[in-house]
Amino acid sequence: MTVTVKMAAVIQKLTDNQKEFTADGNDIYNLILNIENRYPGFQSQILTESEEVHQFLNIYVNDEDIRFLAGLQTIINAGDTVSFLPALAGGQ
Amino acid sequence: MNKAEVSDNNASFTPDEVMRYSRHMIMDQVGPIGQRKLKDAKVLIVGAGGLGSPVATYLALGGVGTVGVVDFDVVDLSNLQRQILHRTEDVGKPKIESAKESLLSYNPNIEVRTFEEPLVSDNAFRILEDFDIVVNGADNFATRYLVCDAAFLAGKTVVDGSVLLFDGQATVYKPGSGCYRCLYPAPPPPGLVPSCAEAGVLGAMTGLVGSVQATEVFKEILGIGENLIGRLILIDSLNMEFRMMKIKRDPKCPLCGDNPTIKELIDYDQFCGTPPVTALDAQS
Repeated sequence: MTVTVKMAAVIQKLTDNQKEFTADGNDIYNLILNIENRYPGFQSQILTESEEVHQFLNIYVNDEDIRFLAGLQTIINAGDTVSFLPALAGGQ
Repeated sequence: MNKAEVSDNNASFTPDEVMRYSRHMIMDQVGPIGQRKLKDAKVLIVGAGGLGSPVATYLALGGVGTVGVVDFDVVDLSNLQRQILHRTEDVGKPKIESAKESLLSYNPNIEVRTFEEPLVSDNAFRILEDFDIVVNGADNFATRYLVCDAAFLAGKTVVDGSVLLFDGQATVYKPGSGCYRCLYPAPPPPGLVPSCAEAGVLGAMTGLVGSVQATEVFKEILGIGENLIGRLILIDSLNMEFRMMKIKRDPKCPLCGDNPTIKELIDYDQFCGTPPVTALDAQS
C-alpha cells in the first residue's frame, strides 16, 4: 500500500530533509523497513534495539496514535497519512 | 441585554474596565459574568520566553486578574527576535522584572506575581498552589515533565505548547483525561531533539502557538467551546498546515494510568538525563 509519510521538521534530517513523501508497506513495521531502504539509518532512529518505537516519538496513522491501535503491526491502507512526531520542548 | 442590565452586572468593574473589556463583554459567550470569571482567575505561566510572552500578554490584556510568571533567566539580546514581553533596554534584566513591567503597562488593573527561581521538585507545589491553570512554556524536557506531574498531582489543568524551527504543538491536559506522559512516555536522549537555541525557531511561530494557548486558557476559564483536551494541534508554518491528532489517556501511564507508580515528584534532571538547571547556568 502506498501512503503519504509526513516528518516533523526536527527529524527531517533522517529522510534527507524530505518533509513529505510516499512510501509502501502493509503495516507500520514494513513501512519503516521501506523507508530504511531509501534512507539508511532511519530505522535505528525510530526503533529501539528491541524493535519498539522510541517512547519520545509517536507514529500516527491519520490522526490515531499507533500505540492505541496495533503498534508496529497496525495495518495501513492506500491513501493513509503516516506521521512521525517526536516530542518538542522548545518554549523560549 | 439592555444598558441597565449591563450596568447592574458591571457593578464590580470600574467605568474604565468596562470600556477596556467592552469587546469581550458585548459577546454573549463572555458578557459581564464571564469577564468577572476572568478577573477572578489565577493563571501561572512557566517561562517568560517565546511562548510565555504572548500568553501572558493576552491574558493581561484580556483581564485575567492574577497572572503568575516563573522564570529565573535574564533578558538576552537573542531573545528579542520573539519574546515580546522584553525590550532592547531590558537586556541583562531579570525576565520576570521586564515581564511584570510590560504586563502592568498593558493593564494596570491586574495582579502580576513573579517567581524568580527555576521550577523544581522542591518548589513546584508551593508555586502552583494558588493558581487555577498552568501554562507550559518551558524550554526543556525536565521542566515539561515536572509541570505535567506537579499539575496532575495538584489537580490542575495544563495548557501545553511547544515550538521548534517552523513547527508547533499545543494541547490541554486535565486530570483524568490524559497527560504529557500519555503522549510521550519518556523524553528523548539528551542531544537528540535540539532546543530552540540549538536549532532555531521562527519568531512568529511562538506568537502563533502562544495565541492558541492563550485562547485555550480563556475558554477554560469561561467554560465555553470545545477545548483541546484529547487533541494535539500540529502547526506546520512552512506549509501553513494545521492538523489535529488524537491524544488518549494511557491506562498504563505511570502518572495517570490505572496503576500509577508516580505519586510524588521525582528528580527530573535524572529522568531526562540532563544536568540540573541553575540560575548560574542561565546567566553564563
